[in-house]
Amino acid sequence: MDTFVQQLINGLNIGAIYALIALGYTMVYGILRLINFAHGDVYMVGAFAGYFIALSLGLAAPSFLGLGIVLVGSMIVAAIVGMIIERFAYRPVRKYSRMTTLIMAIGVSLLIENLFVARIGAAPRAFPDFLGSQSQPPIHLFGNAAISKAQIVIFLVSVALMLLLQWIVFKTKVGTAMRAVSFNLNSAKLMGINTDAIISLTFAIGSSLAAAGGVLTAQYNPNIDPLMGILTGLKAFVAAVLGGIGNIPGAVLGGLLIGAAETFVVGYGSNIGIASTYRDAVAFAILILVLLVRPSGLLGSTVQEKV
Amino acid sequence: MPTFLKRLVGLVVVVVLLVGANAFMSREGLFGFGLPYYYAEILNLTGISIILAVSLNLITGFTGQFSIGHAGFMAVGAYSSVFMTVYYSEAAEKWLTGMIGATLAQSLVFLGVIIFGALVAALAGLVVGIPSLRLRGDYLAIVTLGFAEIIRIIILNIDRVGGATGFRGRVPPWDGRLIIPQYANFIWIGGFAVITIVVVYNIVNSDIGRAFISIREDELAAEAMGVNTTRYKVLSFVISSSFAGIAGALFGHFRQFLHTNDFQFIRSIEIIIMIVLGGMGSITGAVLGAIVITILPELLRKLPGDLYGYRLVIYSALLILIMLTRPQGVMGAKEFGISWLKRAQRRPEGDKPVGEKGVPIAQQESAGERGKEIEQGKEHA
Repeated sequence: MDTFVQQLINGLNIGAIYALIALGYTMVYGILRLINFAHGDVYMVGAFAGYFIALSLGLAAPSFLGLGIVLVGSMIVAAIVGMIIERFAYRPVRKYSRMTTLIMAIGVSLLIENLFVARIGAAPRAFPDFLGSQSQPPIHLFGNAAISKAQIVIFLVSVALMLLLQWIVFKTKVGTAMRAVSFNLNSAKLMGINTDAIISLTFAIGSSLAAAGGVLTAQYNPNIDPLMGILTGLKAFVAAVLGGIGNIPGAVLGGLLIGAAETFVVGYGSNIGIASTYRDAVAFAILILVLLVRPSGLLGSTVQEKV
Repeated sequence: MPTFLKRLVGLVVVVVLLVGANAFMSREGLFGFGLPYYYAEILNLTGISIILAVSLNLITGFTGQFSIGHAGFMAVGAYSSVFMTVYYSEAAEKWLTGMIGATLAQSLVFLGVIIFGALVAALAGLVVGIPSLRLRGDYLAIVTLGFAEIIRIIILNIDRVGGATGFRGRVPPWDGRLIIPQYANFIWIGGFAVITIVVVYNIVNSDIGRAFISIREDELAAEAMGVNTTRYKVLSFVISSSFAGIAGALFGHFRQFLHTNDFQFIRSIEIIIMIVLGGMGSITGAVLGAIVITILPELLRKLPGDLYGYRLVIYSALLILIMLTRPQGVMGAKEFGISWLKRAQRRPEGDKPVGEKGVPIAQQESAGERGKEIEQGKEHA
């Protein structure tokens, strides 16, 4: 029982980070029908922005304030990066076919990765440990189950950010505009909404969430490198599709599900003959099974095609 | 000249060119002139890329089904064929050598393992094709990606094909070859590239091809017109993945080393870049894209000092630049070739760009007015 609780805690933690990244995918997809392949790299940029902010301010000692500054700073940097990507790469090709915009997204993703590899090298860097999770022992719950300070903080911060997003999207004027744009871009434009600004804002919000995910991951696993966003980004995208792409609660649900499934495979898989090396395949296997039963994801709505 | 004779001459020319090119690339060289191995390798890899791009174009460019898992099929073909070579080919070769001589026996065995790889990959294509019946657009794309990743991770966990250390030859406890023999040379690779182009060209211009294109243009309308969309979508996946399997088999027997890192998601992306760059739904465009995308990174290696470290940055920046300046790909849906030149000669003025959205030139030449009708019909839609 305590192993189960332990796996669940670990799983939901990873899942919360996937969910944060998945939100960016789902928001952009909801508005532009674009798979933003560069989003995983924005997550990486966020982690590195946090690293360099901490380095330049000399923040390394464990402190909540330090983490707060780094978190907010990296979110701002990533928001700007996201807006730049949207403005100069996606906006010019928005009117062309989906394939073109997709290749554009891939191009941007490759550019960011290669630029980081060329500038700062592919070797991993150690992110400062603000929560002291490497030095302090975890807090015991019962039996062998324990939760580390980093895990508590990661969970609380992600939940807070998700609630904030929910508030923005459903309770503010900007959020209403965002929903209108995602419903129908042209009609929203006719209603006097500045759609370009709303799209830009969507990228900013999504990117800042990814950056938060990056900084939080680094509290859990301090090694950050320029290619860290590829697999994590892919899985977060899978999480978004699993929940029903374009659906915000769906992205959170998908993220948590995939995070939990992954840790359970590592923890229990060997009992039923699945090696822990299958960890990375689980997300995709779940996705395929779910899509075969529900072709538009868990919470996605099916759109009836008009003839 | 009768068609039969024309084709025969074409075949002879292709064979002579392939044999000549192969001799030129070999270590001995042709009449004392040889190509350094580095360039020969790039040319061979270009041939493999052409097979991959042209075959993916069948699914994505002509049938309109978005697949980002082509590297997965390639991996299936590569690993299954090399597995056969490593563990079973020696016995088969010995048995055949007694009857037909060593060279022919080796070629026959290689052909056998290529076909085996293609069949296994086709089977994988069938499995992946089935979800495509229920899924559309981006959902299908992500499922194909998922399948490719799952295939890769499964291979990574099979010890008999080397697992995470890579596949070089037999793994100790079993009998078989210690290393993968380099069966593939330019005759094989170039030959299969030509075969792929010819087969895909003929498919696209047959009734099956029309069905594929109708699915791309409007799946519901195709269904309403009596096209069995289910059948054709799966068929397109199966054909395309079997060619990817062939490409994988050739790759394995050329490189003599297989590692799952060669078949990652980025590889599938690379193949998509080839066809989008060349122009979706254009065979010659896919060939062009394959050549450019394979050679460009090698050309960028020639960059001097400081810039060398930035070659991949330049590569991705060029990609973005091409997409910004020519979003429909270099060729659009047009084809180029001898018939294109002939047409230009015949109609010097008023040669309107036909086939804007994928109706190939050759088809339009035969269909004449009908092609124009299709064209106009689309404008209204």
